Amino acid sequence: MVMRKKPKRAPPSSDEVVIKIRGLVNEMAGNLIHDNLDLDVKRGEVLGVVGGSGSGKSVLLRSIIGLNRPTDGMIWVLGEDIGELHGQHLRALQMRWGVLFQEGALFSSQTVAENIQVPLREYTHMSQDLMEEIAAMKLAMVGLPEDAARKYPSQLSGGMKKRAGLARALALDPEIVFLDEPTAGLDPISATQFDELVRGLQKSLNLTVVMVTHDIDTLRATTDRIAVLVDKKLKVGTIANLVKDPHPWIQEYFAGARGRAALNS
Amino acid sequence: MQVLASEKVPLVESVPNGGTYLSDVATTDAHAWYRTERRQNLLRLVFGGDWVTDEAATLDGELRGLTAAAPEVELDGAGIRRLDSAGAWLLLRTKRRLEDAGAHVRAFSFPPGYAPLFEALERDPPSAATPPRHRPFSDFMARVGRGTIEFFHQAYRLLGFLGRVTVEAMEAFLRPDRELPWPSFVNQIEETGVTALPIVGLLAFLLGIVLAYQGADQLRRFGAEIFTVNLVGVSMLREVGCLITAIVVAGRSGSAFTAQIGTMKLNQEVDAMQTIGLNTVEILVLPRLLGLMVALPLLTFFANIMGLIGGAVMCNLHLGITVPAFLRQLHDVLTLNSWTFWLGLIKAPVYAFLIALVGCFEGLRVEGNAGSVGRQTTRAVVESIFLVIVFDAGFSILFSLLRI
Repeated sequence: MVMRKKPKRAPPSSDEVVIKIRGLVNEMAGNLIHDNLDLDVKRGEVLGVVGGSGSGKSVLLRSIIGLNRPTDGMIWVLGEDIGELHGQHLRALQMRWGVLFQEGALFSSQTVAENIQVPLREYTHMSQDLMEEIAAMKLAMVGLPEDAARKYPSQLSGGMKKRAGLARALALDPEIVFLDEPTAGLDPISATQFDELVRGLQKSLNLTVVMVTHDIDTLRATTDRIAVLVDKKLKVGTIANLVKDPHPWIQEYFAGARGRAALNS
Repeated sequence: MQVLASEKVPLVESVPNGGTYLSDVATTDAHAWYRTERRQNLLRLVFGGDWVTDEAATLDGELRGLTAAAPEVELDGAGIRRLDSAGAWLLLRTKRRLEDAGAHVRAFSFPPGYAPLFEALERDPPSAATPPRHRPFSDFMARVGRGTIEFFHQAYRLLGFLGRVTVEAMEAFLRPDRELPWPSFVNQIEETGVTALPIVGLLAFLLGIVLAYQGADQLRRFGAEIFTVNLVGVSMLREVGCLITAIVVAGRSGSAFTAQIGTMKLNQEVDAMQTIGLNTVEILVLPRLLGLMVALPLLTFFANIMGLIGGAVMCNLHLGITVPAFLRQLHDVLTLNSWTFWLGLIKAPVYAFLIALVGCFEGLRVEGNAGSVGRQTTRAVVESIFLVIVFDAGFSILFSLLRI
């Protein structure tokens, strides 16, 4: 038998909807943040969520992963109703997604390797040796050097923290990965490298990625579709479609000097 | 053909080359399995099922024990239905181990579509970093040694900080055009002094009761109940009043100093002050230091009075010594040694100085993350109480030498 190693695309992205939001309403301290908002995320796509400061991007993300109970509306992730899930069922679903928080949110009292092993320890019965191997493998996947494994989060730079956070999010080989401002606070070179990393991992692991970002370069480099939060609702489309949208905020966002430079480059 | 390590027989025996595997293979269950086949010089490993993280734990041990029993090896993973990075890692690791053992891997196949996954893993072959070895005894000795050196370093740094504060305080006072931060100073007196009144008063009152009760119990055996007043008066005024006040304030205000300054340090407020050319010692340390040096003696006086009231109440209830009798006896005690009343109050500003100095010092040493604020705060409280008690012992020796 010969090596069968054709560089084919990983199992094709289907039209299966992995995240489905209907009629989402979020109200915080008397302010309406989301008003009857709908969204479909398809398996294998990279969706970018953009919007002005305070438009509720993070609240949307927190609602999807169950950290924030919406005022009204329904959210299904991988076919499960988030609002109805408790205990064992919620844990089963949580295994199937990974979240990268803005600053990495690594546990500061543990080394990077231990951080990556937390989900493995919690959900599987692996031997310590295997967990060390898997942690080293995930570190290599996110492009961190080997010696990073024994370092504490406080010894890492911002970019390395994000990579380590991503490695922890990928520990259980999730189907969906949520990224909250993955390139915020990184220098342009690190940001570009991180974009390439996300795109590469998305292809090789066949991930569905939902990312909140401000960075128009990241949007262009990584996303398949973009959801714009304007007027408490979402407008979803490809960059090419959205550029034609007459909404003033969207026009300003894509047509502004920074946006134009990024789109033309 | 010899089947060595599997009872499971796959439904599809021979694997068609290529084809759409993901849906075609009908295995009875979703578990991952593998079996070994041996023909003379060839070891064939056939893998199937779901090679995912969940299954990795059970597969790991068996695959680790696998030895290259033949010079030629074939790895056939074409029957795998689902594969994730943990499963792919196990396959790759098995392949590498066999190669390292000297076997020639003739073929390594897996379902199409997973090539990018293997590429991602092979791009940078990881080797598990070995955790550092633990040697309990020498590690313990090293920790003790480091701790000892750190103790002296800390003392040295604190002394350095004392010098800096002294110099900058002198400068601040001697420059005539300089306006000292008086509002901040008054604010500190309120925060560290006035708001501490209830807790300090209550504790001193209770300690007065305890002292009187314990003293009365012992002295009654000699028929010397009246000397309970001497006991309460002298111990309260000389030691207990100022010690309990200093300890409460160290826990209350010393820790607050560290937390406040530490948070400002994290926010880079301290850096901002320095770049603008403001004197951080003058703005952050002096008001707290001077404020506490005013507030603590006043609090100590209040604690002394509350302690004496507690003692008087107890003497009245327990021993039948009336309040006028208590006061008369107390007056006699205090005229016997006129210093008794002042000794506690003399020590208070020194304690205040120590508490504020350590609190501010640890606050300015906060670095990095929020966890550091918590650590430094704990250190500040422990160190300031330690210093207060060490200085109390020193004062005892000094006063006995001076015969007061």
